[in-house]
Amino acid sequence: MSEMLVLGDEALALGAIDAGLGVAYGYPGTPSTEILEFIQKYAKANNSEIIARWCTNEKTAYEGTVGVSYAGKRSLVTMKHVGLNVAADAFMNSALLEINGGLVLAVADDPGMHSSQNEQDSRYYANFANIICLEPRNHQETYDMTIEAYRISELFHIPVMIKMVTRLSHSRSVITRIDSLPIKDLGTAKDKLKWMALPALSRNNWKELLEKQKTFLEYSIDSKFNTLKINKNFKEFGVITTGLGGNYFFENIDDLENKPSHLHIAVYPVPLKQIKELAAAVDSLIVVEEGYPFVEKMLNGIISETLPVHGKLDGTLPPSGELNPDSVRLALGLAPRVSQEVKIGILPGRPPQLCVGCPHADSFHALNAALENYDESIVTGDIGCYALGALPPHSAIETLLCMGASIGMARGASEAGRKHVVASIGDGTFLHSGVTALIDAASANTNMTLMIMDNSTTAMTGMQDTIMTSPMIKNIVLACGVAPEHLRELKVLPKNHEENTQIMKEEIEYEGLSVIITLRECIHVVGKVRGVIK
Amino acid sequence: MADKYDIILSGVGGQGVLSVAAVISIAAMKDGYTLRQSEVHGMAQRGGAVLAHMRISKTVIASDLIPMGCADVVLSMEPMESLRYVNFLKPEGILISAAAPYENIPDYPDLEGIHKQIESLKRSRIIDAKALAKEAGTMKAVNMVMVGALSSQLNIREESIVEAVKEIFASKGEKIVAANLKAVELGKKTGAEL
Repeated sequence: MSEMLVLGDEALALGAIDAGLGVAYGYPGTPSTEILEFIQKYAKANNSEIIARWCTNEKTAYEGTVGVSYAGKRSLVTMKHVGLNVAADAFMNSALLEINGGLVLAVADDPGMHSSQNEQDSRYYANFANIICLEPRNHQETYDMTIEAYRISELFHIPVMIKMVTRLSHSRSVITRIDSLPIKDLGTAKDKLKWMALPALSRNNWKELLEKQKTFLEYSIDSKFNTLKINKNFKEFGVITTGLGGNYFFENIDDLENKPSHLHIAVYPVPLKQIKELAAAVDSLIVVEEGYPFVEKMLNGIISETLPVHGKLDGTLPPSGELNPDSVRLALGLAPRVSQEVKIGILPGRPPQLCVGCPHADSFHALNAALENYDESIVTGDIGCYALGALPPHSAIETLLCMGASIGMARGASEAGRKHVVASIGDGTFLHSGVTALIDAASANTNMTLMIMDNSTTAMTGMQDTIMTSPMIKNIVLACGVAPEHLRELKVLPKNHEENTQIMKEEIEYEGLSVIITLRECIHVVGKVRGVIK
Repeated sequence: MADKYDIILSGVGGQGVLSVAAVISIAAMKDGYTLRQSEVHGMAQRGGAVLAHMRISKTVIASDLIPMGCADVVLSMEPMESLRYVNFLKPEGILISAAAPYENIPDYPDLEGIHKQIESLKRSRIIDAKALAKEAGTMKAVNMVMVGALSSQLNIREESIVEAVKEIFASKGEKIVAANLKAVELGKKTGAEL
């Protein structure tokens, strides 16, 4: 037993480590990144045999962990919520395999979109795949649930999801640890028929997964993480909370004259028995969920149609963004707390921006200059620091969809008849999922220019090493079928601005596919090497 | 003094807000507090506004976020940023801000007006943290001046703060540790005059 001050992400990492983790894979993405980073640091500092590696994308990471499970070791795969879209093919099908070594999927949602393009709720994925999801709301629960997730993954032979959110992932608190278990090795799975998703076999495996649902429900009903407290003396309303909604309920409970009956749901599938028990004890329900109204929508069909339900669907709580102690306070019928005020108009925002000296700024500067005199041009953008190129003073990119989409979208825009179409993407994101779209463009010699901004790191998420170094990226581009004379490498420095602009112009005017790699290390990588930034 | 403090820490990415949180966290733990400290990573750190919620208590803390009207202190590395969070302050809460602006936006408001607004609060203090950091021996210790000012408002032992600063800066050598300790001391003296 020992105490530690950790981030929520680190509590999850420690839970996996202490449960006898063998291998962890992931793709960096806020707010999930610190899970794998912590395991890497831990393994190094403790001379541990645990393997923890960043992968090309979430799908390859997920597939890797399925391989680890097949081979018999406990594995962890980490990603942000939208990363699970990338890994969804492997994830959905893995639910039909007979998981051997415990497989835990740690996925971190970002309600409020602090650093994401949407606020999708991963509980729908767990429900979609018919597996168990555990949703912690504090650090100790994160740690304990991760250890429990390995137990039930091996007990029920399914992948188990742990759903985190930004406010927990990036909050620090103290946990109490058990002694670490040694790395567990169950040996390679014996029944191969349970590991091949052939239609004939999948039909049977799917039936078995559906039959297991009853067991999962019993598990959820019996779980200590789902808590129900009935107050027979107060019937006006009862409360169902999930995730951090539970914390915000407890933050306000002292101010409620009558303590309402309360069910906190942390284990999915939802515990039907407790929901019915609560519904029978109250005259109405308030549902407080961090994320989508997932449980709220499910209630119709579980409880009587005549029982009024209040939550995100009727506007009792805001339908978008994060919950907070104040929005939940109002939903519970309490008056706002008294606070201080100043008489000042709206303060100007202070949005994030590219760092002073950032090479991306020079890339955008040259690109803007190259495009200046055309009547028509389109610049598609991608996910990374350089998404900030959308903002002034750069205002260089026009679109953002998902990882790698700049290239596919540029191809589509070009083939729709537009001229001077440029895709802009970073080296990490290009390798993540841009390269496949480049192959598409090369196959048709699409008239477009791809600008790969190679800063030799995964900067946005905190300088993780890219999966491949700069010279190799050039080889990949050529191997995709790009003509060597239309692959140009530019060193992006202010002093090269005129020359770079000219070369960009040449390639943008070339009727066919061209690729420009703009090279210069992220200023933080330079700092790291010189020991300035840690 | 109370057994529970809710503190809003604010500033701009790169000003060392999270180091302030780290020192207070470590010191509070040494004094037997439990804590929850919510911070911002990722995109928001690129020169954007930074906000950290820090809650220390001798009893269980439910929420990572501080409710409106509950903060004992808003401590800000930057004056305009401090004003964003005034509605977190409880009626008797105090706002402490460093005096110097961080002007990385084109429409930064009139500084005098900002300072006036801060001074209009019932309890507030603007600290010339840059001058005190310089006096302590390193301009990098502005955030430790603010740690000192904050500590003057909390029931945390001085020894615990000193140990926490030593732990955090140990790898940077004795000279840096000494300068940062001096910064804390100067900040505390100024804060205690409140």
